[in-house]
Amino acid sequence: MRFTNTMDRPAYRWPRGVRIALWFLLIALACIPFTDLEISSLDPWIDLSRLLRGFMAPQLMQPSLVIEALLATLAFAFAGVGLAVVCGFVLALAFNNPVMRGFCALLRSIHELFWALIFLQFFGLHPLTGLLAIAVPYAGVFARMFAEILDQVPKQPEQTLPADTGYLSALLYTRLPLAWPHLVSYTSYRLECGIRSSAILGFVGLPTLGYYLESSFSQGYYPEVAALLILFYLLVASKKLWLRRWTFPVFIVGSPFFMGEGMPIIWGNVWRFFSQDIVPAPLRGSDASWQSLIDWFTHILIDQALPGVWNTLILSQVALAVTGLFALSLFPLISRHCFSPAGRLPGHLFLVIARSTPEYLLAYILLQLLGPSMLPAVIALAIHNGALIGYLTGRHSNEIQLRHDAPRRRLDRYCYELLPRTYPAFLSFMLYRWEVIMRETAILGVLGIQTIGFFVDSAIQEIRFDVALLLILIAAMMNIFVDLIARRVQRSFIG
Amino acid sequence: MFRVLVRGLLLMLLTGAVNAAPVFVFTAIPDQDETQLKQRFQKVADYLQETLQTEVRFVPVKSYAATITAFRNNQVQLAWFGGLSGVKARELVPGSIALAQGIEDPEFKSFFIANSATGLSAAEHLPASVRDLTFTFGSKGSTSGRLMPEYYLREQFGESPDDLFSRVGYSGNHSRTIALVESGAYQLGALNYKVWEAAVADGKVDTSKVQVIWETPSYPDYQWTLRGDMDAIYGEGFSERVQQALLNMTDPELLSSFPRSGFIPASNDDFEPVRVVAKQVGLLD
Repeated sequence: MRFTNTMDRPAYRWPRGVRIALWFLLIALACIPFTDLEISSLDPWIDLSRLLRGFMAPQLMQPSLVIEALLATLAFAFAGVGLAVVCGFVLALAFNNPVMRGFCALLRSIHELFWALIFLQFFGLHPLTGLLAIAVPYAGVFARMFAEILDQVPKQPEQTLPADTGYLSALLYTRLPLAWPHLVSYTSYRLECGIRSSAILGFVGLPTLGYYLESSFSQGYYPEVAALLILFYLLVASKKLWLRRWTFPVFIVGSPFFMGEGMPIIWGNVWRFFSQDIVPAPLRGSDASWQSLIDWFTHILIDQALPGVWNTLILSQVALAVTGLFALSLFPLISRHCFSPAGRLPGHLFLVIARSTPEYLLAYILLQLLGPSMLPAVIALAIHNGALIGYLTGRHSNEIQLRHDAPRRRLDRYCYELLPRTYPAFLSFMLYRWEVIMRETAILGVLGIQTIGFFVDSAIQEIRFDVALLLILIAAMMNIFVDLIARRVQRSFIG
Repeated sequence: MFRVLVRGLLLMLLTGAVNAAPVFVFTAIPDQDETQLKQRFQKVADYLQETLQTEVRFVPVKSYAATITAFRNNQVQLAWFGGLSGVKARELVPGSIALAQGIEDPEFKSFFIANSATGLSAAEHLPASVRDLTFTFGSKGSTSGRLMPEYYLREQFGESPDDLFSRVGYSGNHSRTIALVESGAYQLGALNYKVWEAAVADGKVDTSKVQVIWETPSYPDYQWTLRGDMDAIYGEGFSERVQQALLNMTDPELLSSFPRSGFIPASNDDFEPVRVVAKQVGLLD
């Protein structure tokens, strides 16, 4: 990774990195007065203690249903990620083309749950909905990462090839083998994300774990919730055991058989969706005029898009800052410079659980416990992303060799040695995560927090897909914009 | 690997096509706790299958909109809609007809409920002191949990709920509305009076923590709606047979699971008042 190059001359780099973080902190502080952080639930402890008691005595609902849901969760994850790898790889080869780059940015800037809501409108509850909801955005992500990985392999082997070597041969014999381990490890990481996404798709009706989690949770069956969550953690934590080179093809081939049967696809619906449903309402009638289209657009912009965008922005900036603070205070828990191997175990356990719980699920749970406000969203985003960045930063800190005169007191060592030396890596992770947090913030609106997802969900509930699609595209533009800023900042601070 | 995927995809599409053999599929708006809905509609599915002599399947969905969409997409042929969702569905599927409604449905109403900490009690009108409290609807697409409460709030206070209350939420369904107002997460809520009465009768509500403070005037609500092209697919007279089957549901256990005392014929025009109100509130174009 590139940031390690900066290690040689840190003294010149840190002030800028620190300044960047201070700016983000200031922005977050400025947002706080506008953020609704109230705990409106009268007694959050009652529900929380019931949930914890559920974990003491988890109770499995019908085992056959749970096994089906687990298999469906895996099936959608594998098939979706598998399809995305293939498409993403092809797209990566054309990534030099700016149009292609823009197309991929658009694919990945729309959250998988939004994709699912779109596909649901014409495929209905068919396996294809879940498959594509994962495959489409992930293909965009893979395209970018694969292109970057293929770009970074040493160029010498390719330069030694005879001049008339074909493109495909050059790719297959030089770049691909060199990039292979990185491609595989990234795919494996993404598979874990895919399992989380797949579980979440249950919230909109697909037969994965989220389906039963939502049912049990909304009815207050906490022992069942606990059992489902524990199963989910075991599934993610044991990935290394069941995911082997030889099991991967088995999972891919098997996955279509475990996605549930759903309802039949009727292709006329697809045509209707694209030719009528998403055409702006004023253009559908016979008396279409520019004026009516402009009125329609301004109306949506002022009543829905602007409040949605505003809330999404302030919420995600606050969440980003809290995520950063959280990650910085968590990473020592798994750093070998701070704790013995045994001492690091609880930290590892906490970070694994926190980072494998999807934000959406955490926010859902916290909303029930704390009542409706932005607070549950901030906490959920900070816990999930903070644990992830804390884990990555902690792992990075373990690669550091301490100076021989490093402070002996743990707090001093953290402040004067570990923190400064891991800081550039930490900041890179944060900048990369900024766009992800923004995307997740938007989607949390579906749960009732008034970010842009709230207005998307309302439009869908009112069967106004033209409005929904417009709002989804506005959310996508926001994410693309933030991604561009993040990369610019990133470049400026690497120098 | 690509081949494998293509094969998987083809297989899925093929099985999709095979399933298109006319199993008669129905769904219902998820207005209540899911476990209750599943029990209720599984019984209905068994009853219809026996009466209609054709394979009948119930498909649960996660939102009101999904019910309408499934009906519109012809992935379900029959649905137990609320007033608003039925109006929307029939507008989107020309030819579809309201077949039957519960005996109580022409005179349906909503209850406004309040957490005891507010100190509010039952009255003829909503008191002016509800201003700036927190309030939750049920689902965004509900008639008794959203449309009618919003309509009467606008009528009485002359402003939108967002302006009237300090916070407005959407609990998702009527059971959640009770739970959220009982816990104090919201101070006020509005819901389907049948769900409230059933929950009180079953002892699922702590009435020392949450009470009814106002009931709305009556309006038409739930109904069974069938797509219009059924006779061509399932044979002449099928629509009437479905209607008869619904009207003949007399098993007390089945009826009490709704809970309705019986079913009576309905027509599309019965729900005209709902359509008018929905247009006024801006939930219909």
